[in-house]
Amino acid sequence: MFLTLRGCCWPRRSGAGGAEMARIELDLAHAYRPDPKQDSDYALLPLKMTFEDGGAYALLGPSGCGKTTMLNIMSGLLAPSQGTVHFDGRDVTRASPQERNIAQVFQFPVIYDTMTVAENLAFPLRNRKVPQAQITKRVGEIAEILEMSGQLNQRAAGLAADEKQKISLGRGLVRPDVSAILFDEPLTVIDPHLKWQLRRKLKQIHHELKLTLIYVTHDQVEALTFADQVMVMTRGRAVQVGSAADLFERPSHTFVGHFIGSPGMNFLAGRVDQSGFHCADACLQIPLGRVLPAGELKIGVRPEYLVPASANTEGALPVVVSQMQDVGTHVMLSATFAGQTLKARLSSDAAQYAPGDTVWLKLMCEQTCFYKDEEIVP
Amino acid sequence: MSAIIKPVNQKAWFLILPVLLCVAFSAILPLMTVVNYSVQDIISPERRVFVGTEWFAAIMRDEELHGALLRQLTFSFSVLAIEIPLGVLLALAMPAEGWKSSAVLVIVSLSLLIPWNVVGTIWQIFGRADIGLMGAALQGLGIDYSYTGNATHAWLTVLLMDVWHWTPLVALLGYAGLRSIPDAYYQAASIDGASKFAVFWYVQLPKMRGVLMIGVLLRFMDSFMIYTEPFVLTGGGPGNSTTFLSQFLTQKAVGQFDLGPAAAFSLIYFLIILLLCFILYNWMQRVGTQEKEGGHE
Amino acid sequence: MQLALEGISKKVGPQQWLHEMSIAPRSGAVTVLLGATQAGKTSLMRIMAGLDVPLSGRVLVDGQNVVGVPVRQRNVAMVYQQFINYPSLKVWDNIASPLKLRGEKNIDQRVRELAEKLHIEMFLDRVPAELSGGQQQRVALARALAKGAPLMLLDEPLVNLDYKLREELRDELSALFAVGDSTVIYATTEPAEALMLGGYTAVMDAGELLQYGPTAEVFHKPKSLRVARAFSDPPMNLLAASAQSGGLCLDNGPALALNLPASASPRLTLGLRSSALRVNAGQGDAKLAGKVELVEISGSDTFVHVSTAAGELVAQLTGVHYFALGAAITLYFNAAQAYVFDAAGLLLASPQRGGGR
Repeated sequence: MFLTLRGCCWPRRSGAGGAEMARIELDLAHAYRPDPKQDSDYALLPLKMTFEDGGAYALLGPSGCGKTTMLNIMSGLLAPSQGTVHFDGRDVTRASPQERNIAQVFQFPVIYDTMTVAENLAFPLRNRKVPQAQITKRVGEIAEILEMSGQLNQRAAGLAADEKQKISLGRGLVRPDVSAILFDEPLTVIDPHLKWQLRRKLKQIHHELKLTLIYVTHDQVEALTFADQVMVMTRGRAVQVGSAADLFERPSHTFVGHFIGSPGMNFLAGRVDQSGFHCADACLQIPLGRVLPAGELKIGVRPEYLVPASANTEGALPVVVSQMQDVGTHVMLSATFAGQTLKARLSSDAAQYAPGDTVWLKLMCEQTCFYKDEEIVP
Repeated sequence: MSAIIKPVNQKAWFLILPVLLCVAFSAILPLMTVVNYSVQDIISPERRVFVGTEWFAAIMRDEELHGALLRQLTFSFSVLAIEIPLGVLLALAMPAEGWKSSAVLVIVSLSLLIPWNVVGTIWQIFGRADIGLMGAALQGLGIDYSYTGNATHAWLTVLLMDVWHWTPLVALLGYAGLRSIPDAYYQAASIDGASKFAVFWYVQLPKMRGVLMIGVLLRFMDSFMIYTEPFVLTGGGPGNSTTFLSQFLTQKAVGQFDLGPAAAFSLIYFLIILLLCFILYNWMQRVGTQEKEGGHE
Repeated sequence: MQLALEGISKKVGPQQWLHEMSIAPRSGAVTVLLGATQAGKTSLMRIMAGLDVPLSGRVLVDGQNVVGVPVRQRNVAMVYQQFINYPSLKVWDNIASPLKLRGEKNIDQRVRELAEKLHIEMFLDRVPAELSGGQQQRVALARALAKGAPLMLLDEPLVNLDYKLREELRDELSALFAVGDSTVIYATTEPAEALMLGGYTAVMDAGELLQYGPTAEVFHKPKSLRVARAFSDPPMNLLAASAQSGGLCLDNGPALALNLPASASPRLTLGLRSSALRVNAGQGDAKLAGKVELVEISGSDTFVHVSTAAGELVAQLTGVHYFALGAAITLYFNAAQAYVFDAAGLLLASPQRGGGR
């Protein structure tokens, strides 16, 4: 499957202090063997993708989907088995990470134990023989942004995990001409409370410094809150690229519908013919103006949009309640229809139902999507 | 962090009784004998005089002992100074994975498997001018090499022998330490533009600290107690230039039958080693906890 | 099997790791230990299992003190974060091991039943190393269930799994726990997990047990500021306020009419959950004007970070909303949904909950 995304959504920007962000173009595939014959031989199926400079992107998918492979190809730690990588039009497919001038933040904090915080931050600049005065100034600026100015002379080894991750990030930011910063699941070892703060910090940095940031994660909340555009991947394929709203409202593949949203989209399998959508012995009218192909079809509707309705309402089905969970900010209703599970997100002051009750839920609404063979019907 | 649960079953004590008896016979009783000898003057089996700390005082004033101690310390520190860096360099050069790594590991450890007196014998022959490769080669180069006649040559040969014998231990420990460093550190260093030396100094060496301390501890202890190899190679000569501490004590005890002073110094010897091990061990523990606190989850 | 811990405390070196606490997890139900890392959850579980001895206090099982009884003699099953299985045994043997130790009959049938319950019946012939993380953890869970112990301890079992996998397993776990009658103790750092699992929750912070009760109750009626902080995701908005007659007045903000006890301290803290803040005015709402600092869209919710004169706030709005950064915004909230804490951090007022429960 080829996925092409070209087109400038953002005007070209230069980063803080006249830094050059890079526009990254990928046109590649990566296979486990030299002569791949089928999809399973590929770690990354052929794809074309452009990351505009100054944009924040996320690669989202379950483990084994190829997102880390893609990140490593972009950073230069791995060369793709076929295809090219271009930074601002320059072919860097075989260039090293140093030559590409990228920075990477890893899953667990990587710091130099023998150095202090300031020395850690200064390390990339020292390696490039930048004059000491400039180094000190730059380190001070970056420490300010990361809110670590008070800890510059502490030994890096004694700090907490989130502070160490900030140092890893700082080492990337300290180079004024860094072309892109790549994140490989950086919040994995951080506590939930601190995750909020770090996420906020990352977003602030993006807004202040206008850097190209590419973030790999399996956590959809992280991906959607961080990025302007999210690329959802599974098993080596890029399934959809879009903004949080796009992925949420119109997932182009059932995988995206399932993966995005907590819990994911509800799917109900059935058949379509002239009289409507049939599932078990129920028949739902197809909304006006929609033309659906006949045959097997799945309807997808998010728990946030599934509302209880009165009996026999147009487009509603009777479901049997299995449980109602108080999830603090809202209530999650789980129910079954013809052996398939449906979940609905209701507000805390909605009516209470007991397990075994029958409730009518309106499945056909504006936000309902239709899927044939897992792909959305436009 | 976990406390050991006290065993409810006391019967287990009976199971270790045989081991206790063995240890008692092979270690504790002989040790007690040495203590016995160190505080008595045994003129004949019937006549024993308690002399208290006299032997201890006498041996501490003994010039010959000072000489042997000095030689021993010089030897141990030279050994450490050569073997640790050399071992680390060797570890860095060893391949990380694949069949080559297994082959190299085997070849490198060969010298560790040789019985120690055979090591002495190998070098004895190796260094002979008439039938030994090294001896003949050096003669051919015009150097008048003789480990039996020249004290410096004897020293260098003993040192070389020990380095050949034991550097692989440091190399193996270093190798294990290197393998435990996650790839991400190398990747981050590469991204930060670090030179190979910077990678070694700031990433590899700090992470190898733990295993290298073990290496230092082991090598120091072993070289401080060395007996077989130099004894077989040079017999302590020429003169007493390669007579190290344990050989000196053996000569005193068994050769001159000066049991009292020998026993006294054996105890002191034991205590010195214990003290040094204690210091090194505590240092290791401190470094260990620092690493754990600073380490990643 | 009734487990009770009385006056348990633990020291690690010079540091008091667990302060004296007593807890009697409800028999046959799920108790969630909620707290940040290093809060003491794992230490407490180890004491319950018998792997550690407490410095003081008693561990009572059905009234009998079992401190000092080795863990092998206690009937406990434990599941760890790191997918612990016997690496050299096949999945079938892994699940069968506790059954074999007990000398049960019909081992094959029971193993297959459990494997089907956990959806791993097709892997019975494989070794754990050949399975993915989620599957390995299912094997560990099957083995723990096979043991059928009256006490099951799970130490953050889902933390090393993908987000989606975690959701799926969590639902399955809830279903599995509901069926059995063992007492389940489940440690986690995520408030959302505690809410999804239901049952009872014990909130821990820095080695102290702060509150224990039915999960919904602890969430909606936190006894103190520390509990509210620990049991909120996203973090609760906290604003400083002063007591006034008839209610309180926010620093640099509106006054609110609330029923507070007369003995309330002059300085108070107002707590508002992110979902309590709205952009549309409702009846009787107080309002706070501010500027949009940051907008985070997570698909089902939008989190708006607003800086107001009274303090920094995070509002959680359902659905996708776009705001320009730096734009002026007014947030509305109802005093009925406010939590009030006094100067010592203790709860004075909490929201009334509609819809009965």
